[in-house]
Amino acid sequence: MSVATLLEMVLAAVVLGLGVWTIAARQTYAATVGFVAYGLLVPLVWVRLDAVDVALTEAAIGGGLGGVLLLGAAAQLRATEMASAAEEPGRVVRLGAAALSVTISAALAAAILLLPDPAPTLAPAAVANASATGLANPVTNVLMAFRAMDTMLEKVVLLLAIVGVWSLASDRTWGGRPGPHHQADPHGALAFLARLLPPVGIVVGIYIFWTGADHPGGAFQGGAILAAMWLLVIMAGLTDTPPASSRRLRLLLIAGPGVFLVVGLGGLCFGLAFLAYPPTLAKPLILAVEVAMILTIAVTLGMLLAGVPERGAQQ
Amino acid sequence: MSFALDIITIAAVSAGAFFFLAGTVGLLRFPDTLTRLHALTKADNLGLGLVVLGLLPQAGSLRDGLKLVSIWLLGLLAGATVSQLIARAARRDGPA
Repeated sequence: MSVATLLEMVLAAVVLGLGVWTIAARQTYAATVGFVAYGLLVPLVWVRLDAVDVALTEAAIGGGLGGVLLLGAAAQLRATEMASAAEEPGRVVRLGAAALSVTISAALAAAILLLPDPAPTLAPAAVANASATGLANPVTNVLMAFRAMDTMLEKVVLLLAIVGVWSLASDRTWGGRPGPHHQADPHGALAFLARLLPPVGIVVGIYIFWTGADHPGGAFQGGAILAAMWLLVIMAGLTDTPPASSRRLRLLLIAGPGVFLVVGLGGLCFGLAFLAYPPTLAKPLILAVEVAMILTIAVTLGMLLAGVPERGAQQ
Repeated sequence: MSFALDIITIAAVSAGAFFFLAGTVGLLRFPDTLTRLHALTKADNLGLGLVVLGLLPQAGSLRDGLKLVSIWLLGLLAGATVSQLIARAARRDGPA
């Protein structure tokens, strides 16, 4: 057995153990910490599977922003956790949930185990047609050209998510600024980090976005880094969250799906089909869509984490 | 030449792994927040630093080497800031 195989087995065991721990942990906070650790180890699994694009996304979303979101939720639940812990669900509910989970796990396992060997794949076709767009990264090709419809709908889902979060606001604070106004010592460690890190993070975020054309990376991973930088500055109290009623904010939120839709309709008018790029213009068009998308992703993820509007628009 | 470089790599990465191990043991065994932070910073600063130092001779180009060093610098920056913030929160909330 090679060292690499041993490493993979240990990694798989730790990931599985963390998954069980996350489910079994009694306290919300402990489960969240387990999930964040899980979200940091799963990218290593993806790297071992040579899926670096997925690893980057998983690290940024699963371990990073998702972890922050869950930590915030756990902090808000702390007050009511003791009360809700006393309400044990009934035996029927628990048995039903267990049966459902086991069925789904068994179905997923069966689907994986029953795959023909070698599994059916479109990867050779995607690689063979890479020259059609002028991009060398096959993942970006699939996301932005071959299956662009899915990516566009994914951006619409992001928009729906933010609408869902905002709709939790009360009438009084509708259109207001999300989250509390963070106040930190302007000469403290957090404010120092919030001044020092964003220039680096913005460069790294844009680099990951730009290099996505030819190497692992892309708008989602880059956008997540930009969102993290924005949130850092907000948490250090150096700037405030924009009010949800801000027109500029709303334009940024719809920029990604909007530009995508316009380009798609352009393909319908001038080309062969919805989202069909003319071969000579494929790369500039994809780049335009991606620029709009990275802005939308960064702003959407930032506003999702900032949370429900809590302060009235007048404040 | 490459044999000497490999020796440097093995020595430095092993030393780094030792500091990670020591930091983890300290994190699990030390009694309160501040001493646990003290143990953790050894893993962050020295452990990561030594691993990066050990990997530098294996870096294919100057660019890769600079990337490795900047990973260490960013780790230092994040580790130091987070330690400060946790220590401040621990002092405010009393001994935990």
